[in-house]
Amino acid sequence: MSERDWGFETRQVHSGQRPDPYTGARAMPIFQTASYVFEDAEAAAAYFNLQEYGNTYARIMNPTSAAFEERLASLEDGVGAVAFASGLAAQAGALFTMLMPGDHVVAQSALYGGTITQLKHLQRKLGFGVTFVDGDSIEAWSDAVRPETKVLYGETIGNPGGNVLDIEAVADVAHDHGAPLVIDNTFATPYLCRPGEHGADIVVHSATKFIGGHGTSIGGIVVDCGSFDFANGRFPVLTDPSPAYHGLQFIETYGVYGYLMKLRAETIRDLGACISPFNSFLFLQGLETLSLRMEKHVANAQAVAEWLEGQDGVARVRYAGLPSSPFHALAQRYLPRGAGSIFAVDLEGGRDHARRFVESLRIWSHLANVGDAKSLVIHPASTTHRQLSDDELTGAGIEPGTVRLSVGIESVDDLIWDLEQAL
Amino acid sequence: MSYQDPFTIQSIINRAKTVAIVGLSPNELRASYFVGYYLRRHGFQVIPVNPREESILGVRSYPSLSEVPDAIDVVDVFRAPDAVPAIAEEAVAAGAGALWLQYGVISPEGAQIAVDGGLDVVMDRCLKVEHARYLGRMHWLGFNTGEITSSRSHG
Repeated sequence: MSERDWGFETRQVHSGQRPDPYTGARAMPIFQTASYVFEDAEAAAAYFNLQEYGNTYARIMNPTSAAFEERLASLEDGVGAVAFASGLAAQAGALFTMLMPGDHVVAQSALYGGTITQLKHLQRKLGFGVTFVDGDSIEAWSDAVRPETKVLYGETIGNPGGNVLDIEAVADVAHDHGAPLVIDNTFATPYLCRPGEHGADIVVHSATKFIGGHGTSIGGIVVDCGSFDFANGRFPVLTDPSPAYHGLQFIETYGVYGYLMKLRAETIRDLGACISPFNSFLFLQGLETLSLRMEKHVANAQAVAEWLEGQDGVARVRYAGLPSSPFHALAQRYLPRGAGSIFAVDLEGGRDHARRFVESLRIWSHLANVGDAKSLVIHPASTTHRQLSDDELTGAGIEPGTVRLSVGIESVDDLIWDLEQAL
Repeated sequence: MSYQDPFTIQSIINRAKTVAIVGLSPNELRASYFVGYYLRRHGFQVIPVNPREESILGVRSYPSLSEVPDAIDVVDVFRAPDAVPAIAEEAVAAGAGALWLQYGVISPEGAQIAVDGGLDVVMDRCLKVEHARYLGRMHWLGFNTGEITSSRSHG
């Protein structure tokens, strides 16, 4: 776009944020305001009619959040982004904008438990269908597609099984059917994988994880890679005059930006799950060191996984960075810099042993989050995935003795020492 | 050739004062009206070219490019692709500086006519969006402008 193809590390520091023209402030100001004064009545009308890009009300847009949105869009090589109050709000918003009652979604079964719960409840309440498939089988994706299928949904790295999705093959299934592929890229971050380069059309994130990087803030974001043609005849919800915006035709009017304009002007306006500008500020700060943290995260994770694999009492280490992982080849292809830092370990001795192990750790924190600079641990069967039935647990690849690790950026010797004394 | 070169786009926008919009609709909900309205707000002289209307945006509409009496910097086209070659010929004859084809208005033949006539050409891009990217407020809504600067002068 500009005079130079800026590198990833330059963009993670600069994209979206210009020095404040009014004050000269070099750090991003936190625009803690609910609303914005209009220049005059004509400007106000132009903003509300979406004829001019302008600030109206902070539920719909905020300059601090816009900087965060543009920066992540740049890092994912997307055309733009809309931030939300949480990762779950972001993915709900992404789907809400493109689906109508009667439509159908195909999603992989090895998804974050919160996503499975959300999809199951939303489909009942909003009247669309969801089929969960074995994401590792391209045939299963293909077989599940129906005439009314409008979106395929997967994760770059599944949680907690460490499944790596063959994004390109799933994208081909989606596109053969005229549907977009939505990928949750939370566990990889754009530093390790950019799903858009492999055919994904929409990328969603829980920014709470590696983007923030320090476990301080809840937030989410939707990036449009600009690759999907919503004017292919299958998405009247985006191409027809919108009754929710006095007849505006979003795709005709905004072209490649149409989906994001509708996501902002209608979906976040109506669902109201806007991000706090303070959280956007913290996410901007987190992104400035994303590449540095991810390099340390994946190096530590690889070392921890390799150590664990040889230990007594460890039945299996499910890290795609290990040659023993069934996803090793896919990880080398899609995650050449490292297979992330979140993976599961199946301990012998089942539920009780796993619980004792978690309680014996000294520097690993027992909590429900991942992607913090601090190393984290959790027992999914009794926490994040406890609302799933046994069959759903199996579908998500979880056993009673499964413990999930999120490897932080501490001294790796200390992390291994702690695991050893707790085993 | 993709006709989407960032330098060409910026130089067209920076030097343009007069924009003739071929296929400008009087319907406030159509994309062409959005663009015309926006460009007027940003100080461009917008000349509607639409044979079915007397006036649009409060100014006279001309039935064709050849009847526009003023010098034209940019001919901005909201018409079906098969109408573009004839429009490109008129744009060349009118001595316009650039031919700008909006989203979906894809006509390599028309573009070539304009290039041969000495015009700059942009295709399958929106003049409003590109103006907002480089000079306007597109970054206020989280779009990826591609712009990076440590200078205070940018808005």
